[in-house]
Amino acid sequence: MVDVAVLLSVGRHPVSGRARRAPTDARALELALSLPPGRRTALHAGSPDSPALRDYLGMGLAELTVLAMAEGRDPTDALLARLRALSPAPSILLTGNRAEGGEDSGMLPYSLAHALGWAIVPDVVALTLNDDGSAELVQALARGQRRALRVAMPFVVTIHPAAPAPRPSAFGPARRGRITVEAVDAPEDTALAACAVRPWRDRPKRLTVGAPGGGSGGALDRLRAATEAKAGQGRLLVGPTPDEAARAIYDCLQEQGMLPR
Amino acid sequence: MIAAALSTVTLTVLLVGLGLALVQARRWRAGRSAKVGVWAGLAALPARYLVDVHEVVGRTPFNARFHALTAGGFLASLALSVALALPPLRHPLLWGLLALTLAVMLAGGMMVGYRRRVLRPAELSGGRFSRLPLALTGFSAAFLLVALDQSAGGILPVWLVLTLVAVGGWGLAELVFGVWNGPLKHAVHGALHLAFHPRPARFHDGAGRDTGLRPLDLAQADAPLGAGQAVDFAWNRLLGFDACVQCGRCESACPAYAAGLPLNPKKLVQDLVLSLDDGSDDRAYAGHGHPGRPVGAAVTGPTRPLVGADALIHPDTLWACTTCRACVQECPMMIEHVDAVVDLRRFQTLERGATPVKAAGVLEELRATDTPSGRALDRRLDWAVDLRLPVLAAGETCDTLLWLGDGAFDLRNQRSLRALVLLLRRAGVEFAVLGAAELDCGDVARRLGDEATFQDLARRNIQTLEARRFRRIVTADPHAFHCLRNEYPALGGRWTVQHHSAVLLELLTSGALTVTRPLDGPVAYHDPCYLGRYNGEIDAPRAVLDAIGAQRREMERSGLRSRCCGGGGGAPLTDVVGERRIPDMRMDDARATGAPTLAVGCPTCTLMLEGVVEPRPQVAELAELVLTATEPTP
Ligand code: SF4
Ligand code: SF4
Repeated sequence: MVDVAVLLSVGRHPVSGRARRAPTDARALELALSLPPGRRTALHAGSPDSPALRDYLGMGLAELTVLAMAEGRDPTDALLARLRALSPAPSILLTGNRAEGGEDSGMLPYSLAHALGWAIVPDVVALTLNDDGSAELVQALARGQRRALRVAMPFVVTIHPAAPAPRPSAFGPARRGRITVEAVDAPEDTALAACAVRPWRDRPKRLTVGAPGGGSGGALDRLRAATEAKAGQGRLLVGPTPDEAARAIYDCLQEQGMLPR
Repeated sequence: MIAAALSTVTLTVLLVGLGLALVQARRWRAGRSAKVGVWAGLAALPARYLVDVHEVVGRTPFNARFHALTAGGFLASLALSVALALPPLRHPLLWGLLALTLAVMLAGGMMVGYRRRVLRPAELSGGRFSRLPLALTGFSAAFLLVALDQSAGGILPVWLVLTLVAVGGWGLAELVFGVWNGPLKHAVHGALHLAFHPRPARFHDGAGRDTGLRPLDLAQADAPLGAGQAVDFAWNRLLGFDACVQCGRCESACPAYAAGLPLNPKKLVQDLVLSLDDGSDDRAYAGHGHPGRPVGAAVTGPTRPLVGADALIHPDTLWACTTCRACVQECPMMIEHVDAVVDLRRFQTLERGATPVKAAGVLEELRATDTPSGRALDRRLDWAVDLRLPVLAAGETCDTLLWLGDGAFDLRNQRSLRALVLLLRRAGVEFAVLGAAELDCGDVARRLGDEATFQDLARRNIQTLEARRFRRIVTADPHAFHCLRNEYPALGGRWTVQHHSAVLLELLTSGALTVTRPLDGPVAYHDPCYLGRYNGEIDAPRAVLDAIGAQRREMERSGLRSRCCGGGGGAPLTDVVGERRIPDMRMDDARATGAPTLAVGCPTCTLMLEGVVEPRPQVAELAELVLTATEPTP
């Protein structure tokens, strides 16, 4: 019996802006529900009134615990405390790799793993349990590549959008499922408070084909530019020293314009 | 003595039959309760039989004739045989009358034999049904000889007459016990079903047509939503299934069956009948099955799951139905197959979340955006920026409210909507649209069993419409037409709703539109299920075509017996594969007319039929044809 905790957030439909199951969190729950039986603890930090929470229950989840807190609060400490209070402690913590709301940074699982002292495996698409307290994971890499990993429990896993689609949410179970509310104190999320938030909009990608120095600018070139993977990008370091590695990351961030030169 | 023997045998068999019928009735009592007007139903029974059932059976006159002879003769001879129990009535005259009724029945029985042995329609079930002609003729012939002998004063030796009584008694027993679980079940069950029918309004003593699905009470939380097991159906539905004679008329009409999809409505009804027996299976069923599905694999039981990969009904069978109602239209026992399909789907969708993947995705988009395609509501008018459609805001008034429907998001159907708008302008109709306030009508959600989403959409649409004033709603989408006209009233929305074919006809006859360039060529017309069978509107579109000068050609299967295009009931979303595609078969019907143009009056039909590979007749929407025909001459 492996106990699993799942963190579920409220998503936002890109067209209507309406609350919905967050796609990767729903996939995390799908994975949790398809594992062999054991205790399933589902946690949500935020408002207990969001109709989207019922959508998770409609997937066949019997109970969802909501750590009730106001909008714009940092849920990290409250979630951590709640996870630590679970007895026996869960062996796996599952969640989506990115929410649709809040800071959208995907940082929360890392903070939790760090505080719990657990390993974290990001972007997982499949998970099977072994009898010896470990699990086989399949991790999604760029351009459709996959990597198989064996990880000892306990660990944190974030789920990639390429994981199996979540089962539909059904009205009956959604209505019958229980939502348990626990009011918690949570500090204000200062980083979020400093941000201006507006809905994300899909913008067409600008293609530079046909520009001076580019190809002929024909349809074939544009198709190539849009689909071809550029080879030779990046640098491969084998067994670097921590200093070398840090240097390389620093350089890369500078190159991408994410750090001042 | 002969009279006493005859009446005793008859009475005994009838009493045993009654006992068995009561045992049978207990099976339906396991179902859910239903509101039934018992006395009104019983009172209406004879007329419903003579008018409504006769109308269906009479589509095959031979069948109507043998039913009249057999059933009429049988009932009369039973009454007379029972009367013989009273000594003062044992008069040669009564014997003569009995002989006459038995002769009539014998004639009918021989017609039944001719049909079953010589004509052998493929859709008929065999099994116990094959013994029916023998029982009918055995009973009537044996008793006929007895009656003739007695009316002549008793010429034959007594032992021979008594043997004949025994033979007739066997035939009678075969017939009457058949009421319990054999061919003649349909006589008694059919009568009770007519009396306690779940849709009494469909008969001539009601509105004559009743096709809107009943709202599901979503507030009741203690019982499962929809039907997951046989006992989840209302008792009079179970009675209805039990009335099935396995005549196979539904099978012959079903587009899914014809296309080799794993659905045979007759078998579906029999699955529901069989599921009332505990621990049995469907091996005794002696008709065509669901194409490609084995029989005998699943165990039956009133509280076993009805639908599932290992259950009696495979999910593909359930999701192959287009809800076209062709089966309901043909069923002489007035069984409501579509209600059963939707009840089963409701359980799958609302309780199990087992809607097929693509359909489930559409339902999720629908819940999040109020459109099945997941598009933004404020883009519904994008195709018509140049037309500057007036948008009716809350509190405003207009004459005609044009309901655009989901076709407004589709390139092909935008063309026909544009034609309709231009025609309304040309005819000077004062109209407006709802713009972003129009939500999907909920048709697809409801047919896929998602009653919760349907009711949510319907309630909000009703609110929007109630906040505006208009004389009528006009739509080019028969599905929206059906929802708004027949299904919203149960949730509190009542307006005059018209399909655009009726409006175009009105404008053409009133002279608001003048035909300047008559079509002058052969045109075939395809009746959309939701306009024809669901709403009985088969004349207006034809009159429109006649008015614009088309040489109208009727396809095989048209009018109320039209064949579905394959697009209803969410079937394009559930996407169950068969041997052929339903629209291809329908297009064959159109090709056979030789007409170069196929006129349609439904956005779904347009897409399904235009999706058929060329060469084929051109598909044109009614409004498009009228637009060309009424182009003002310079
Ligand atoms: S359901 Fe109706 S049409 Fe179909 S076989 Fe039974 S009686 Fe005949
Ligand atoms: S409604 Fe149409 S598709 Fe469904 S079973 Fe009846 S005839 Fe077949």
